[in-house]
Amino acid sequence: MERVYLDNASATPVRKEALEAMLPYFSEHYENPSTVYDMGSKIKSVIDEQREKVAGLIGARPGEIIFTSSGAEANNLAIKGVAFARQKKGNHIIISSIEHHSVLNSARFFERMDFEVTFLPVDKYGLIDPESLSQAIRPETILVSIMHANNEIGTIEPIAALSAICKENGVLFHTDAVASVGNIPVDVNESGVDLLSLSGVSIGAPKGVGALYFRDNLRLMPVLHGGIQENGRRAGTENVPGIVGLGKAAELAGQELSVKQTHLKHLRDTLVAGIIERIPQVIYTGHPEKRIPGHASFCIEALEGEALIFMLTSVGIYANTGSACASKALKTSPVLIAIGTPPDLAQGSIVFTLEKSNQAKDVEYVLEKLPLAVEKLRQMSPIWRRKATA
Amino acid sequence: MKFVENQVADDTLDLVCRMCPLHLIEPGEKLKCLKKGQVLEVLTDYDGALDDIPAWCEKCGQEFMGFDEDDDCYKLYIKKTKE
Repeated sequence: MERVYLDNASATPVRKEALEAMLPYFSEHYENPSTVYDMGSKIKSVIDEQREKVAGLIGARPGEIIFTSSGAEANNLAIKGVAFARQKKGNHIIISSIEHHSVLNSARFFERMDFEVTFLPVDKYGLIDPESLSQAIRPETILVSIMHANNEIGTIEPIAALSAICKENGVLFHTDAVASVGNIPVDVNESGVDLLSLSGVSIGAPKGVGALYFRDNLRLMPVLHGGIQENGRRAGTENVPGIVGLGKAAELAGQELSVKQTHLKHLRDTLVAGIIERIPQVIYTGHPEKRIPGHASFCIEALEGEALIFMLTSVGIYANTGSACASKALKTSPVLIAIGTPPDLAQGSIVFTLEKSNQAKDVEYVLEKLPLAVEKLRQMSPIWRRKATA
Repeated sequence: MKFVENQVADDTLDLVCRMCPLHLIEPGEKLKCLKKGQVLEVLTDYDGALDDIPAWCEKCGQEFMGFDEDDDCYKLYIKKTKE
C-alpha cells in the first residue's frame, strides 16, 4: 500500500543530515557543556555554533537565541517571561483568538493573577485587522502575541504592521512562528518583532527542541529555574544532540527555502484545485493567497473529519483534522469558529500539510482516494441524505 | 553597605531576571572590557547580590563603590582597580 504523509504541520521527518550531525553527541561527545574541563567547553562551543545557525535563519544575532525544549516552551517563556518581568508596568496582554494552545493557555494563566487578556477577533480568512490592535492597546498593555502563520488554516498574519503598532505604543510584540519558519522567509528585523518562537519539529529537526528569539537586552523572567544555562535565562542541562539537529536543520532550511516554496506551492495548488473540482460542498479555509505554501485546509460538508482521517489512513494517507495538539479533544476547533465557520461544517475539517519530500504522485494519490472516502462517508450520513433529498 | 546617588558609570550590565550565580560570573567578564579606573554598573533584582558582589570585589581586588535602588532593581557600582 502507498504511504502518503501529509501531516507535516504536526511533525516533519528528521532530516538525514540533522540525524548524522546529532549522532556523535549521544555517544562520543556526551559531556556536560557546563563543566570547566576542555571537553565540556568544546561542547559549549558547539552549542554556540548552532545558535549562530538558528539566528542566521531568522536574521537574528546568536546572543538573541535561547534554546528550549519545544515551540510550546518558547511560547510559554515569551509570555510568562515578559509578563512577570514587566508586571509593574501593566497587567494587560493581547493575543489573537486563533493562537496555539501554548499561547492561549499561557495568557489564560495570567487571567488568574489579576491580569486582563484581550482576544482579538479575526476575519473570515483568519486575518487580524491592524486597526483592531490599535484600538485594543491601553496604557497598561505590556505584551501582544499574534502568531505569524496559523497551523490549522495556513493564513499568514501581517506581523510587520502589527509589530509597528506595538512599537509606536511601547508594547512588546511576540509572534509564534512555529508554522512559518522554514516555510516562508522570516526576518526579525524586517518584521520588527521583539520575541519569536520556533520549533525543531517543523523544520526537519527532532522533537524536543525549539528556540525563542528575544531582542537583545530584553528582560525575561525564567520559567525554568535552576542553573545558569542559556545565560541564566533557562535552566537545565542542554539537549545537545537536539540542539545540533536544530542547528543543522536551520542551516539547510535557509539554503533550500526558495526552491521549497516553489515546489510546495505548485503541489498545494494542484491539490486544492483537484479537491474543489472533485468534491462537491467543500470549503477551502484560510486565506487563498496569504498562506503557507504547503498548507491546504478544508471543511467538507456533512461528514466528521475524524472519520475521514480513519478512512484515509486505511488507504495509507496521513492528514489531520486541525492542530495535532488539540485533535483528540473532540471539541470544535476554536480557530474555525473564530473565522465564522458554522459548528456543523467545522466538524468536517481536514488539513493537509506538505513537505519538500512530497511529490506530484502523492497529490495524485490523494485526489484519487479522497473523493471515494468522502462519498462513502456521505452515503452513511443522514445529514447528507437529507440535503440530497431537499 | 554604602549607598551612592547619581553615580556615573562607563558601562552597564543588566542582570535583572537572570539566575544566580550569574551575578558572580558576568561582572568579571564585563570588567575585562573596561580600563583601569572605569566604573561598571550592575543591575540586578537579586537581593543576595548586595552581599555577594562586595565580597566578590574584595576577593578579586576590585573596588565596590556602593549601590543605589531603582524602581525594579538594585544598581551596584564596581570600579576596575585591577587588570
